[in-house]
Amino acid sequence: MIEIDKISKRYGQTTVIDAVSLAIPRGGVVGIVGPNGAGKSTLLSIMSRLTKTDAGRVSIDGLDVTKAPGRELARRLSVMRQENHVAARLTVQDLVAFGRFPHNRGRPTREDTEQVATAISFVGLEAMADRFLDQLSGGQRQRAFVAMTLAQDADYALFDEPLNNLDIHHAVSMMRLFRRMGDQPGKTVVIVLHDLNVAAAYADRIIVMQDGRMVGDGPPANVINRRLLSEVFRVEGDVIDIDGRRVVSVAR
Amino acid sequence: MNASPRPLLVCAIFVATAVLIAASLVTGGGYAWSDVLAMEGDGALVLAASRVPRTLALLLSGAGLAVSGILMQMIARNRFVEPSTAGTVESAGLGILLTLLLMPGAPVVVRMLIAAMVALAGSALFLMLLSRLPLGSALMVPLVGIMLGGIFDAVTSFLAYRFDLLQSIGAFGSGDFSIVLRGRYEFLWIIAALVAAAYATAARFTILGMGEAVAIGVGLNYRRLVAFGLIIVSVVTAVVVVTVGAVPFVGLIVPNVVSLILGDDLRRSLPIVATGGALLVLGSDVGGRLIIAPYEIPVGTIMGVIGSLGFLVLIFGRRGHAT
Repeated sequence: MIEIDKISKRYGQTTVIDAVSLAIPRGGVVGIVGPNGAGKSTLLSIMSRLTKTDAGRVSIDGLDVTKAPGRELARRLSVMRQENHVAARLTVQDLVAFGRFPHNRGRPTREDTEQVATAISFVGLEAMADRFLDQLSGGQRQRAFVAMTLAQDADYALFDEPLNNLDIHHAVSMMRLFRRMGDQPGKTVVIVLHDLNVAAAYADRIIVMQDGRMVGDGPPANVINRRLLSEVFRVEGDVIDIDGRRVVSVAR
Repeated sequence: MNASPRPLLVCAIFVATAVLIAASLVTGGGYAWSDVLAMEGDGALVLAASRVPRTLALLLSGAGLAVSGILMQMIARNRFVEPSTAGTVESAGLGILLTLLLMPGAPVVVRMLIAAMVALAGSALFLMLLSRLPLGSALMVPLVGIMLGGIFDAVTSFLAYRFDLLQSIGAFGSGDFSIVLRGRYEFLWIIAALVAAAYATAARFTILGMGEAVAIGVGLNYRRLVAFGLIIVSVVTAVVVVTVGAVPFVGLIVPNVVSLILGDDLRRSLPIVATGGALLVLGSDVGGRLIIAPYEIPVGTIMGVIGSLGFLVLIFGRRGHAT
């Protein structure tokens, strides 16, 4: 379980996270949605110990993320960030293999090699495995980073806007992949998303952020409604049920 | 282009290095190569006291500087950084001057230690500047380093001028291996140990090149690893500058060329980077002994010429994926 206890984060005068408390038990797919600047990425960044909080604490299965050893945490929690600037000139194979680092400390076993191959095939980059990252398109590079996170095989996988740069085909196959991950026993996927329809279609639980606070939390059917559109996203629109799934249609 | 190791290229590098080692042993003023080979007259002495030490010094310095370059590039996540474009060399020079000034009789090892510590502080200052400054372009990074180096240089020159030490600092301005003799280069063996340490942690330094977030994400202690890398770079730089003087641009050219061919998984590329550095410095020195024989052109000067040209090629050619 990821436990977030009254965390706050300020940059100068601006409060980006304001006393957020949240518990994410094991299993399933959790979507985090909210308008730009709501604090979604910062929340993810704090959960993955890349940003320090001003107050409150985060623990993963009881381990305080600021105190537990990095290696211990890396086997429980993986994160894929939005910006992935890599100075090292690496092949897809190299990059994904480094996802196994928490398990093998840089000395791959045969099992590691198999996991890496599986991760690469899950994102459909088998043909590109020997290409350097700088020879790939933005979407392919994005998928390579997803594969690296898959190879890390952590109990909790966090993704910040993983669908950026992806066309609709790859976006859908990526979300199906996350769904499959979240359905495995003991695995939890937490994804920051900006498309409400995608969140409604694939997440078990949706957390809504606005101005650094949590303003909604629950299954898609309870969270996604006209009030969410007007009050949080400031658009007028309808929420339609298609085959029991919530679909947002924004007024022109 | 794929990343499978290029056996042919690797062989070529090793063969070229072996040939140059042989050339370095038989090339030089005063003694014909036949005398040296036949070990006649002073041939044996020349070989043991001068040529062998000089060749080893060239190999060690070249390997160390090239490895320092790739480590700096992973740490700063910028392709144009190496000890001479990050303020490291110049701060080592400042350290040497401070030792001459405050402890004129101090043994070489003390001078190296202090040079290494000042170089470490200088490089850390460089990294701090990078994290504070808004850098619009990848090219800004080496510019900041060169400017910082210029400031260290100015302080060194001013102090040297005030305390009448200008002649002493002239010596470490430009790397010159003609001064290498048995008994005067042995500290360079520290480099072998440091290169081995870098190789043992090659996977970690590769991850460093993927950025702080990835490094922390896979469970590395980011700050400790950066500090470890900077210590390696600073000690290598200080030992080279104190023993033979500055040899610029080795750490820039070699890692970039190797990266284009083999990529940057340091577990795979570091041995080639080290050998390539040794090859380049050795080749420059042998060339410097031949061009105006029986006189010599110092390696520092030759590398300055080759290096600045190479730097320009890199800037124009690699801008694409340097950002």
